[in-house]
Amino acid sequence: MKTNRRLLSIPYGIFLALFVVFPLIVIIYYAFTDQTGAPSLQNLFHFFTSSNHVGTLVYSLSIAITTTLVCLILGYPLAYILARSKRPGVQIILLLIVMPMWINFTLRITALKEILTLVEGNLSFHPYLNTVIGMTYDFLPFMILPMYNSLAKLDESLIEAAHDLGAGAFGTFIKVILPLSVPGIISGIVMVFLPSMTNYVVLDMLYNKTYIMGSLIGAYFNAYDWHNGSMISLILLALIVLITIFSNRYGEEDEKGGAVLNAKNN
Amino acid sequence: MKNKKNQTGLPALLFGAVCSLLALLPTDVAVAKEKDPIVLRVCNWEEYIDEGDWDADERIDLDNGISILGINSMVEDFEKWYYENYGVKVQVEYSCAGTNEELYNQLTIGDTFDLICPSEYMIMKLLSEDMLLPFSDDFYDTTKDKNYYAKGVSPYIDEVFRSNEINGEPWYRYAACYMWGITGTLYDPSHISYEDASTMELYNNPKYASRFTLKDNVRDTFFVTLGIKDAQKLLSDDFRQQPDYRDQLAHIMNDVTPENINDAEVLLQDMVQKVYSLETDSGKADIVSGKVYASYQWSGDAIYAMDQAEEDDVYLDFAVPKEVTNLWFDGWVMLKKGIGDDAAKQQAAEAFVNFLSRPDNAVRNMYYIGYTSAIAGGDDDTIFEYLRWTYEDEEGEASYPLGYFFTGNNSDETYMISCNEEDFRRQLGAQYPSLEVMNRSAIMGFYDATESQNINQMWINVRCFNLLDVPTPLWATLGILLVFLIILLLYKKLKSNHRP
Repeated sequence: MKTNRRLLSIPYGIFLALFVVFPLIVIIYYAFTDQTGAPSLQNLFHFFTSSNHVGTLVYSLSIAITTTLVCLILGYPLAYILARSKRPGVQIILLLIVMPMWINFTLRITALKEILTLVEGNLSFHPYLNTVIGMTYDFLPFMILPMYNSLAKLDESLIEAAHDLGAGAFGTFIKVILPLSVPGIISGIVMVFLPSMTNYVVLDMLYNKTYIMGSLIGAYFNAYDWHNGSMISLILLALIVLITIFSNRYGEEDEKGGAVLNAKNN
Repeated sequence: MKNKKNQTGLPALLFGAVCSLLALLPTDVAVAKEKDPIVLRVCNWEEYIDEGDWDADERIDLDNGISILGINSMVEDFEKWYYENYGVKVQVEYSCAGTNEELYNQLTIGDTFDLICPSEYMIMKLLSEDMLLPFSDDFYDTTKDKNYYAKGVSPYIDEVFRSNEINGEPWYRYAACYMWGITGTLYDPSHISYEDASTMELYNNPKYASRFTLKDNVRDTFFVTLGIKDAQKLLSDDFRQQPDYRDQLAHIMNDVTPENINDAEVLLQDMVQKVYSLETDSGKADIVSGKVYASYQWSGDAIYAMDQAEEDDVYLDFAVPKEVTNLWFDGWVMLKKGIGDDAAKQQAAEAFVNFLSRPDNAVRNMYYIGYTSAIAGGDDDTIFEYLRWTYEDEEGEASYPLGYFFTGNNSDETYMISCNEEDFRRQLGAQYPSLEVMNRSAIMGFYDATESQNINQMWINVRCFNLLDVPTPLWATLGILLVFLIILLLYKKLKSNHRP
């Protein structure tokens, strides 16, 4: 039984080695060597000493944070209403949220481009706003679905208990519902924040001329500068790993908190 | 060279080995089935060759009795033609690349292609890195019937390929020109006058801010920037009357000294604020749909866009900047790594170039892709007949001389096309620029490692968000937010510590 299971993992193991581990080794090699192939840290210094590079990091973070916030503000009430509602139409609305994901996102962005041009007159007037709109359009379902899942699983008796103990609607929400949905919020944030740091196709298609991290890496590789390109990829990777670790820890803590709350109420 | 060798270090080699192993798998099967045909690996640009499947009513009937219709793809026709004429089976593995840089990156990974079609600066780069195989002497023998390239190449193009050298080697030994063209401004005449459109100043004109596009690559945009920066000199009569005007012009447009790049960067920062988009492909659609009024384009794309626009009842025009225009070429080159000393393969590769250069095939490609072939036809008048078929208007009041391209003598009465004067600068003028336009054209060369690094860094600087540009109020707001957040977190922590 055990050997069988291990055999099953071999195809994925090969895939992992070929397409994840091996490229990573190549990237690390290039990141820490200079043009002559000698080991060096100059690529790292090159990144952090340039106000353009750090500026790009800040710009990417800023786009990602804004997109995430907009998605959260739009998505949470919707997820809440859908999860709490007893009406039969809920499934249809959920379907409507998921449905755009069946269409290729470049097609959707092309359509969005026309709509934005109609509304704004000229796409190049508000590049930042357009980018946030495009990314929100693209990533909103990834925010809503995890939040909906965690809110739908919520134990009804907890809310009844809160009411019994004298909490009003607002108090119940702040003290019971919101804390219990934190894991959903965290995974929603991660699902939106990370891709919006690097998805430069949306920027390109909406004619935002400013580079984000993804386009900066591409620019270096196109200029045959694999060393700096690899280093920037590594820096981005490190950032992503940090964010993931942080969010995992935070998410777990709150689940524990939820468990305590559960035990207390029971 | 030194750099290159070290850049493809061990990991890249391993990666290359894995890739080429994977790539070899299907080929081996095919080779085993057929009786050892020659496999010719060709890489070209996308939509840069006739793929056949024309409608019957697209047949081109020329006055010299030749009738042209693309039924099969050019590649299929070549395989058939080669077998009929040389008695050897050849199998073309045809693939496409998106940009010169992409193509170059593929070449560094390993032995991937035999015959490729890069642009002039990439040909120069490959030549300087000793990656190209010269064409055989046989290829240039004009007495041979099937040497369509040597017999048919335009004397103008041939002269350019003979007079330009890299490391003392003229291009023409290594490259056979396929398509060529210039750059200019595709514009909507209902919004922009010809006067405004025929200068590069357009791309820095606040009047048209957010209404024009530039190319999303550093070479083309750097060229425009230099055109604007040095306009005064480029336009002065003094400069134009210098005996070595063309050489000096090429020098100015290829000035990649750090000071010049810095000056260009300052100007380009300004221009990028005004541009609607930096595009690779969307400019044509955006001008047809009216989003922009002007777009910097390669001539072939401009022709295609004007044709498309006419179908949508939009009238577009093409203007060549009066300062300077960028003369560019795409040419077939053979790779040392791919062909090596395999004479049979080299023969097939040279035959492929010759087959594409056969006048009727050159017409097929031109009709299909809209660019201008380097082939004039020599004794064969098919190309010129095709031009007449496309552009001639018997009632046209003006005649357009093209002798410079076909025979080298621009006053040659045989090579005049009569049509309306406005057509001179539209499709006809874009596809076959006049000698006057050609005289203010400059070729952009390739840059060595340091120069490329500088110019690429300039481009990245222009495109990046500079941290120093952040306005102080924003910094202040962010600072306040951060302090607020920290206080909130500390407060929460204190509270939860108190609870138990």
